[in-house]
Amino acid sequence: MNDDVYIIGAGIHPFGRTDGRSGRDQGVFAVREALKDAGIEWGDVEFAYGGSAAAGSADIMVNELGLTSVPFINVSNGCATGGSALAAARNAVAAGACEIALAVGFDKHPRGAFNAKPAEYGLPDWYGETGMMLTTQFFALKIQRYMALHGISRRTLGLVAEKAFRNGTLCDHAWRRSPVDLDTILNAPMVNDPLTKYMFCSPAEGAVALVLASGKKVRELGADAIRIASVAFRTRPEGSFEVFAPSISVNGGGKPTQIASRAAFEMAGIGPADVDVAQLQDTESGAEIMHMAENGFCADGDQEEWFANGWSEIGGRLPINTDGGCLACGEPIGASGLRQVYENTVQLRGRGGDRQVPNDPRVGYSHVYGAPGLSAVAILER
Amino acid sequence: MTMLAPIAPGLWTDEAEPRLIGGRRGDGEIVFPVPSGDAATLVEPVALSRCGTLWSWTTQGFEPKEPYSGPQPFQPFLIGYVELPGEVIVETRIVDAAPADLAIGMPMTFAVVAFDDRRSTYAFRPERQP
Repeated sequence: MNDDVYIIGAGIHPFGRTDGRSGRDQGVFAVREALKDAGIEWGDVEFAYGGSAAAGSADIMVNELGLTSVPFINVSNGCATGGSALAAARNAVAAGACEIALAVGFDKHPRGAFNAKPAEYGLPDWYGETGMMLTTQFFALKIQRYMALHGISRRTLGLVAEKAFRNGTLCDHAWRRSPVDLDTILNAPMVNDPLTKYMFCSPAEGAVALVLASGKKVRELGADAIRIASVAFRTRPEGSFEVFAPSISVNGGGKPTQIASRAAFEMAGIGPADVDVAQLQDTESGAEIMHMAENGFCADGDQEEWFANGWSEIGGRLPINTDGGCLACGEPIGASGLRQVYENTVQLRGRGGDRQVPNDPRVGYSHVYGAPGLSAVAILER
Repeated sequence: MTMLAPIAPGLWTDEAEPRLIGGRRGDGEIVFPVPSGDAATLVEPVALSRCGTLWSWTTQGFEPKEPYSGPQPFQPFLIGYVELPGEVIVETRIVDAAPADLAIGMPMTFAVVAFDDRRSTYAFRPERQP
């Protein structure tokens, strides 16, 4: 048994579009970066977990990385692929099955909105045929109601995107590296009311790899280690409102994000006020706003004041999505959740450069959400 | 309308004023549509109310990819959720309205409408003022 598990290496392949390089090759690139960062060789990795949603199996990477007979488990868990790989790798080290494990996620999606197939989600064909099976609609429907109930303005939706693109200009792994001003965001073509083109992230490409190790290995290697205080992954509870829902209960219900968040805080023995930097799922502007409350960082409706005062800016009271989030990085599904953990690792090590959160952040929080209603939270501590 | 075939069987009742068909589970919770396969044996079909209130809404301004099979050229449409009090909140097309007409909580009425020149689907529209 290893009580504590640490991240000792973090590697990323820049997000965006890399023509001529497969998703898996981007994964191999990220693994090599992570190994270099950890100061170890591929042969030192005793267990590996990884996957993608649309770019094939991860275990084939051994062809490029080396045929070391390492046990390599393919993870295929939709938007939670990266989070699941991280949770599994952490558990392998915690259980004492190995001292060094790898988690890798990568992807490469075609341009345009994701087109989901109804049967794969246990839904009837007519649901897709009539044009109701779009993830973008769900986010619009959720924020439309949230805005009406909690007094969130369209301007605040725009400020979320403006912040994302501004942070993206400071981040070398971001896809969108140019600022976009508030008027342009608000006046852009409407995708699904109230969300305009600039308020949505796009499917993209990219890869992230993390090397995990036991405390014993950290001491042996003298690694620049960040402790994984907790990882919690939850599917949806009864009565929740999720993507791809032909009906919702009138009785209401819980949310997978709230449940995962509470479990992660409990496991880490800390609360939202202890967090110094957060990466929250921002599939679109409204998601970041709602996830601030669902993760316990503010009350419903307070986001209006947060954005008016810049409290979630780098340098604010709780910097959120310091690398520009999904809005600036795009969303390669298999890699997206691990990108958040990568960014927190960078921030806690003080290697953020122009986007470094000031005052030596100690606690980093990351949250991924996806279809068909699942959420994974990881808390890192320096 | 009589020429059009429903987009799928079993979504609404065949009567002068059709109603959506939901499935009541053992715990009283109602779901829509009635589940298929083995799960269908766990619910009792129940005709739902024709009247509800708007729970949320959005526009669909771009043409969805497959399996969307709507009429060509693409016409933007409205979708939303309508709460049928005490029953269930259903996702639905919204017809005979513009975004500016819509407000969460407004009364809505059920309708069966043309989907394309062959098929009909279900929708809700703002309740007509007397």
